[in-house]
Amino acid sequence: MEKKKYINMDMKSYAMILALVVIFGLFYVLSKGANATPVNINNLIMQNGYIIILATGMLLCVLTGNIDLGVGSVVALSAACAGKLVMEQGWSVPASWAVALGIGLVMGVFAAVFIAYLDIPPFVVTLATQLMGRGLTYTLLASKTVGPLPTSYTQVGAGFLPSIKVAFGSGQIDLLSVAVAVVATACILLSELRTIKTNNKYGFPNITPWQMVVKNAIFIVLIWFIMTSLGRNNGIPLQLLIVGIIVAIYHFITSQTVAGRQIYALGGNQKAARLSGINTRRVFFWIYVNMGLLSAIAGIILSARQGAANPKMGDGVELDAIASCYIGGAAAAGGVGTVTGAVVGALVMGVLNNGMSMIGLPTDFQKVVKGAVLLGAVTFDVLSKRKKN
Amino acid sequence: MAELILEMNHITKKFSGVKALDDVNLKVEKGEIHALCGENGAGKSTLMNVLSGVYPAGTYEGDIVYKGETCHFKNIRDSEEKGIVIIHQELALSPYLSIAENVFMGNEQVSMKGVIDWTMTKKKAKEALESVGLGHENVNAPINTLGVGKQQLIEIAKAMAKNVDLLILDEPTAALNDEESAHLLELMLEFKKRGVTCIIISHKLNEISYVADSITVIRDGHTIETLKKGVDEFTEDRIIKGMVGRELSNRYPERKDCPIGDVVMEVKNWTVYHPEIADKKVIDNINIKVRAGEVVGLAGLMGAGRTEFAMSLFGHSYGQKISGQVFMHGKEVSTKTVQDAIKNKIAYTSEDRKTYGLVLIDDIKHNTTMAALGTYFSKHGIVNKNEEILAAEDYKKKMNTKATSINQAVGSLSGGNQQKVVLAKWMATQPDVLILDEPTRGIDVGAKYEIYCVVNELAQSGHAVIIISSELPELIGTCDRVYVINEGKIAGEVSRSELTQENVMKTIMEHNKEKGGEQ
Repeated sequence: MEKKKYINMDMKSYAMILALVVIFGLFYVLSKGANATPVNINNLIMQNGYIIILATGMLLCVLTGNIDLGVGSVVALSAACAGKLVMEQGWSVPASWAVALGIGLVMGVFAAVFIAYLDIPPFVVTLATQLMGRGLTYTLLASKTVGPLPTSYTQVGAGFLPSIKVAFGSGQIDLLSVAVAVVATACILLSELRTIKTNNKYGFPNITPWQMVVKNAIFIVLIWFIMTSLGRNNGIPLQLLIVGIIVAIYHFITSQTVAGRQIYALGGNQKAARLSGINTRRVFFWIYVNMGLLSAIAGIILSARQGAANPKMGDGVELDAIASCYIGGAAAAGGVGTVTGAVVGALVMGVLNNGMSMIGLPTDFQKVVKGAVLLGAVTFDVLSKRKKN
Repeated sequence: MAELILEMNHITKKFSGVKALDDVNLKVEKGEIHALCGENGAGKSTLMNVLSGVYPAGTYEGDIVYKGETCHFKNIRDSEEKGIVIIHQELALSPYLSIAENVFMGNEQVSMKGVIDWTMTKKKAKEALESVGLGHENVNAPINTLGVGKQQLIEIAKAMAKNVDLLILDEPTAALNDEESAHLLELMLEFKKRGVTCIIISHKLNEISYVADSITVIRDGHTIETLKKGVDEFTEDRIIKGMVGRELSNRYPERKDCPIGDVVMEVKNWTVYHPEIADKKVIDNINIKVRAGEVVGLAGLMGAGRTEFAMSLFGHSYGQKISGQVFMHGKEVSTKTVQDAIKNKIAYTSEDRKTYGLVLIDDIKHNTTMAALGTYFSKHGIVNKNEEILAAEDYKKKMNTKATSINQAVGSLSGGNQQKVVLAKWMATQPDVLILDEPTRGIDVGAKYEIYCVVNELAQSGHAVIIISSELPELIGTCDRVYVINEGKIAGEVSRSELTQENVMKTIMEHNKEKGGEQ
């Protein structure tokens, strides 16, 4: 059989990145460039870091064909506990964080037991944890805000990595940010070379050269744009580091490990997965425990950025996280989706929120636009799949 | 000759190029009970689906003449309007709705447009129930509070409520016990008196020779013959001869004599109860053994419990209160979970590969390694993707799987190629025993041959293979030995030298008779 030398890139997997660039461009025009200032790029990352973390965890739930509605409440409850311990009990910050993570874990285990071992539908269980978690938060905080939190706490959400500033143009730039951009560029190029090498070794076709160049050029330009913007502001936010590590870990788990493969198999066909020796209960259990833990991390970061914990925190963020997964190409029926897709989805939501606020669109109406984008993205996804068949 | 109510002439129906029915003719007289006989897959149900409009006019060739006029049914509603009602093998009841609601499901009694007249519904439901001898049942009770036998009667009541002239019953007694079956047969004779014509599909030949006035035998999509009561010989042996009398050409690869080794797997006193009905034994004290290099068949009619046996054995995936012992190489092992079964070198390929075998949206590569990923294709939980690709390519070549690449989604493959992926998946777990449940169901002759070759190779390399199949010729063509299972019990064991279709059928019939004698 003759092998084709080159194949066209699967455009669909990059469609959302393109959409992200287009949306950003649109707001660039509408806000007369205000959304591309270094300060705003920094804000974009700071405001959406915790959503990205939640979207990463939510993707695992979505891969099984389910969702977790309790996320926002766990965010609030864990942050409330940490905040209260630091402010009113005089606990050290690390100890209060440990408790917050513990709360997330307990909430996760609680939901997971009902879902995995008692076969209660996740929708119902997590609707219950949403109500219970929110109620506990209000009770704990007596409906009041706790704050302001000390700097050692807020650093993780609002602080920056150490920076080495040098003069650049009319202002200054952080060398660390530039260094990160250089390293990232090298990584992209090296991994592309490795893919080509593997393809050649096994006789798989490569992607048409010009498409590969365009794709990588876009990625590299994006990275340089973000990193230089951050460099011209205050340097790399600590949050970005944390989000980056979490995304990297979950990208690795979903794409390279047996555990990740089991999640996809379960989502694609639970009965077949079970009859292939996959302990589907255990997979379900750990997915929801994990979601609890990540919610607690998101809670710590959110309270740190806000400098306070209040009972309304994270209200409705589960829906943002779910929407991020769907916008990022995950299938509602399960079995399809990637961590990178969910991250891009979260960024699309973030850029939309940020852009609409900048051009002064009323918050009430912003929801209409977000809903339309979600619906549009998923419709596009479903229709393009249908055409392929 | 009496007046004909139905003539089906030269019916040919193809499924993606394969002829399921080939020039089939069926003539049914008014007021008779007409039986359709044939092996599983002979085309009986397909023929009835053509008649009732499940396969709409235009998707088949030939014509249907009903009550003297040529009909082109587009859907079931069309045929029901003419008085043709089909009762399928699987009950079409909604479990939580009441008896009355079920009787008039799709045929609701309305007063005004779209508003249900409950008084009328209940009154008529009561009448319909009386016509099947269930007049004492509460029409408001949810249907799932009744046993399967009564539910089957409700299905018939549902048909009677529609002014039926021609009633088609597809395996009506398959799920019933003897008493319930007898009641149903009496009911059919009663309907006959009332002038209702019946077509019955059944494997239970004793029932057919009891109620039927004429029998049409279908084999491999062809009509073989029609027997008339009082004219032709009407015995079970005669019917069996018509059903199975087919010559075996080389549709099966020759089995080279391979040395049969020690017993690899032995199952002792295996008993399983129904997953929902706690006191119903589905598998009753089954004992089997299979040796290295041996291909053993499990024969039996539909619903005999072969799949249930295999599934319960493989990780207790079916039933409850499972008891019995499994020995691998003489050592007792646990097969309580699928993981245990795989670890103990047992593999099972399901009869329903789309539901239980494959992740259709995923590619060949991932499906191939799905069951063996943790054991053979990973280190410390991290997948070795290169090994995975090599193995998938290797199996694709070995099994001659036709696909553009190992990255093709299995959902887009043909049935035969999907089955090859399922086989590859289980061969990748390096099992000692492979239980293949209907390994060639719904796949074409060429792919079947290739799968038989794989089975032979497995046996030659010292594996023990168990094949569950409803096609007797397949078992005869591939097996060294066949266990005949009937109603959850081993009805007998047939060795290769005595392995004929007649012998297997006789074993089943004799077992049925013995059971009848006990009661």
